[in-house]
Amino acid sequence: MNAHPLLRRLLPALTGALFIALWYLAHALLASERRFLLPPPHSVLFAFRDHGPVLWSAAMNTLQGALLGFGTAVIGSSLAALVLSLTPLVRASLYPYLMILQLTPIIVIAPILILWAGAGIVSVTIITFLICFFPLVVNTTQGLISTDRNLVDLFRMCRASRWQEIWLLRAPGALPYFFTGLRIAATLAPIGAIVGDFYAGNSAGGQGGLGFLTIIYSSQFKIAALFATAVSSCALGFLFAGGVVALSWLCLHRWHDSYSRSDV
Amino acid sequence: MPPFVEFHQVTKRYGEGPAILADVSLQVERGEFVSFIGPSGCGKSTLLKLVAGLSPVTTGTLTVDGLSPHSAAEELAFVFQEPTLLPWLTVERNVEVPLRLRGEPPERRRERARKALALVGLSERAEYYPRQLSGGQRMRVSIARALSLTPKLLLLDEPFGALDEMTRDRLNEELLAIRAEQGWTAFFVTHAVAEAVFLSHRIILLAANPGRIHREIRVDLPYPRTAETRQTPAFQALVAAVSRELRALPNAAPATATP
Repeated sequence: MNAHPLLRRLLPALTGALFIALWYLAHALLASERRFLLPPPHSVLFAFRDHGPVLWSAAMNTLQGALLGFGTAVIGSSLAALVLSLTPLVRASLYPYLMILQLTPIIVIAPILILWAGAGIVSVTIITFLICFFPLVVNTTQGLISTDRNLVDLFRMCRASRWQEIWLLRAPGALPYFFTGLRIAATLAPIGAIVGDFYAGNSAGGQGGLGFLTIIYSSQFKIAALFATAVSSCALGFLFAGGVVALSWLCLHRWHDSYSRSDV
Repeated sequence: MPPFVEFHQVTKRYGEGPAILADVSLQVERGEFVSFIGPSGCGKSTLLKLVAGLSPVTTGTLTVDGLSPHSAAEELAFVFQEPTLLPWLTVERNVEVPLRLRGEPPERRRERARKALALVGLSERAEYYPRQLSGGQRMRVSIARALSLTPKLLLLDEPFGALDEMTRDRLNEELLAIRAEQGWTAFFVTHAVAEAVFLSHRIILLAANPGRIHREIRVDLPYPRTAETRQTPAFQALVAAVSRELRALPNAAPATATP
């Protein structure tokens, strides 16, 4: 079905408007003594006005933790993927331990981390790293070992060195897989930082992030402010996901089939 | 003068498996165009891999220009069944890949890539990416990549199998025209009898299980061969004869008489 392009642009806005209308309706339908549980949309806007500076500095702290954790996970997982791609033997001996890392819940790891690294940015970064690492390393490794057999033969016939094979053949070929992992990790990074902050955040010197703010607002029953915190977290998520989508487009659109257009 | 490529009682098996090729002896002269045809499992692709030095012979000897295939690597170029291009590189960069791996300086390899692309009529597509090309054009790039190495021996593993008949015929003609200029020796694996007859001095029929030479057929049609050659009774008689031989092979898979 071919919707008119203008309609296609308008549709998301319409969905949003409908959602807000339903929100108001739900608010109005609640018994008056329970209405505080679901503040209307404009109260959330007022919460942004009233708590703006606090929310902003918390969001920046969370962004910092998310970026640090995400960045170190990208570097760490790429190096790990290179090692894992060497031989099936290496993969067989290391994969089970990667699984352990992934399967241990963060809420179990967090208290240990806080004991080791203390509350604050270091622990938040490590928790974000742990959450982002797995999808990245699994996808990138898969990409590095999925090289076309004939291309490998071509490189061997030309007496390519191990490094040439990795840099000119395997790594560029793994890019689409890497970006699949990166997209997953990008949506996880802000969540990781907020969860990390929830357990390991530190309010000292205004260093708390959105996770820490959640604890404060919920203890104070500031429900509109909690909604504002949720919206801020969501905005951070969009920022990450959007950045990765843009980067992926930059790196792949010229050659990869996922960006093929019928008019080229 | 010794033969350019010589197989002497070559047998190939992988590990403890059955013989893929058994007792193959063959001599190929410089400048000869030799096609290999036979049912699936006759080891024709394996035979090319042996010559390419991608895999060692199990017993017997194989020499290229008096050297082991591995030592002769600089004299060889390989054209795969698929175009086997790097999708993230432009056409010209793709052609440059083997030269780059051999450490040629950038200007040299650029010049040689341009020349090779001109040979296959793709100069204008140098800055395109592979996905922007048709199947036939991709195969041309693949051939240009092999030719840019100025090989003495060109190994082609069913390069035109995936193309439509018209494109295949045209590429066959172009390949012969380029060969007339450059004079390389060719090993050409195919499923298509007409293609083998059109291109070759000699057709080697292989039988399967284990892969072995069944018969050799000389093609005495004069070069240069053109589209008209296909219309001559002599050509058609040869195609019919080779097809008959092929069908008569034990446990032969159905082969196509026309490509």
